[in-house]
Amino acid sequence: MFAGLSRIQQTFFDIHMIARVMPSLLTVGLPNTILLAILASLIGIVVGLVIAIGLPSRHLSLRLICRSYVDILRGLPHILTIYLIGQGLPLAGLALFGSNTYAYAALAIGLIEGAYMAEIFRAGMQSVERGQIEASRTLGMTKWQTMRYIIMPQGIRRVLPPLTGQFILVIKGSALVFLLGLTASQREIFSIAQDSAINNANLSPLTAAGLLYLALTVPMTYAVNAWERRLRGAQGSMRGDE
Amino acid sequence: MSSTIAVKFSKVSKTYGTTQVLRDISLDLPRGSTTCVIGPSGSGKSTLLRCTNLLARPDSGSIEIEGMDITAAGTDVNLMRTKVGMVFQHFHLFSHLDVLQNVTLALRKVRGMSADEADARAMAQLRAVGLGGLERRRPSQISGGQQQRVAIARALAMDPAIMLFDEATSALDPELVKGILNVMRDLAISGMTMLVVTHEMRFAREVAGQVVFMDQGRIVETGLPGALFDQPQTPRLRQFLDQVL
Repeated sequence: MFAGLSRIQQTFFDIHMIARVMPSLLTVGLPNTILLAILASLIGIVVGLVIAIGLPSRHLSLRLICRSYVDILRGLPHILTIYLIGQGLPLAGLALFGSNTYAYAALAIGLIEGAYMAEIFRAGMQSVERGQIEASRTLGMTKWQTMRYIIMPQGIRRVLPPLTGQFILVIKGSALVFLLGLTASQREIFSIAQDSAINNANLSPLTAAGLLYLALTVPMTYAVNAWERRLRGAQGSMRGDE
Repeated sequence: MSSTIAVKFSKVSKTYGTTQVLRDISLDLPRGSTTCVIGPSGSGKSTLLRCTNLLARPDSGSIEIEGMDITAAGTDVNLMRTKVGMVFQHFHLFSHLDVLQNVTLALRKVRGMSADEADARAMAQLRAVGLGGLERRRPSQISGGQQQRVAIARALAMDPAIMLFDEATSALDPELVKGILNVMRDLAISGMTMLVVTHEMRFAREVAGQVVFMDQGRIVETGLPGALFDQPQTPRLRQFLDQVL
């Protein structure tokens, strides 16, 4: 029993091992992970919004394109999509970013996340009461103005919690960039930890990486929740007197 | 004499699925006067109202506003809607905006006013409906009656030629109804052309220049309020009045 615990401790929680890998995790891995996650999230948000607006379109072809996009990119294994974009695009002669692995990875992860975010945004926008949309149109606002000033602000606000979950997946999903091959200085948190784990035949570096992922995701979750509460608080429920 | 007619419905019909909700409706709304539409639920009164600003599009027939056929192809629907204000049963305020922003949004985005101009106009309109001092509240922070006043101010701020009211007091607590009816009455007295779908028979009797009784998608009777309420010509209207009065 005690021997088992001790083996677990040595394999996953070797303090020296963790201390040895931490500096490069912090100085190289962390900035790369954050950069990649931010780029991919930005791409994901833009793509997600555009697709979400197209999903309920009255035009069949537009609806079909958006629907297929969501279904395919959510349905394929992420690894395959990352290969298709990261290696497929250059092979097809579309070397958009030269040999910059990060740009391809950000694009691939962003496009994948866009499909998930599109469904989240669509749900949020659909939750805006039909009556508010009619009220807006009644005032002479165009479809697009109604989308921009009535539907999007409320829809996005309502899906902040599920959106946070998606950002967490982006942060963790950034680890998949290793599939495209990285130079030493390009490595993000997970590939540094993995290399170190293999070299030392010990999993403690991965635990170190796990701690860093938690340090990123947990505060973010609480920050977004607090932000969302404040937005909702601003709409409070106190009633005035007639 | 078309110059005294603000809105002219000619043989307007509308079908939802297999249900014909409007059958050959022809009706004139005199300018500067209030027309109240009464009738049982499902009679098509709300649909008639919603056709007036094309929230619902008639299948056939035409609707002329100030001599312009709004059902004609090529009509600038958004421009038309700025001239036709509408107030809904459930207010439909923009819940992410405060009271003032609810009124200024369309002034700025549709009318192209500057923020200052729009604010001044909105404040004046809010005061006119008895809502001074609540500009920074959210819709969820004010009562139903106050919300409906904001909705009325929002519509009036656009300076419409015609106002549509779709059961504007039906969702209100009883003690708040009178306040809204008073705002509507003042508006009618000021000479606004109004089309009012309502269950408030006393309001219809006192304020309307013309009352329309609808049943099953048809106009059954129309006339001056006194005549219509006191000497109903059809058994259907007599029966309806017996039930509601």
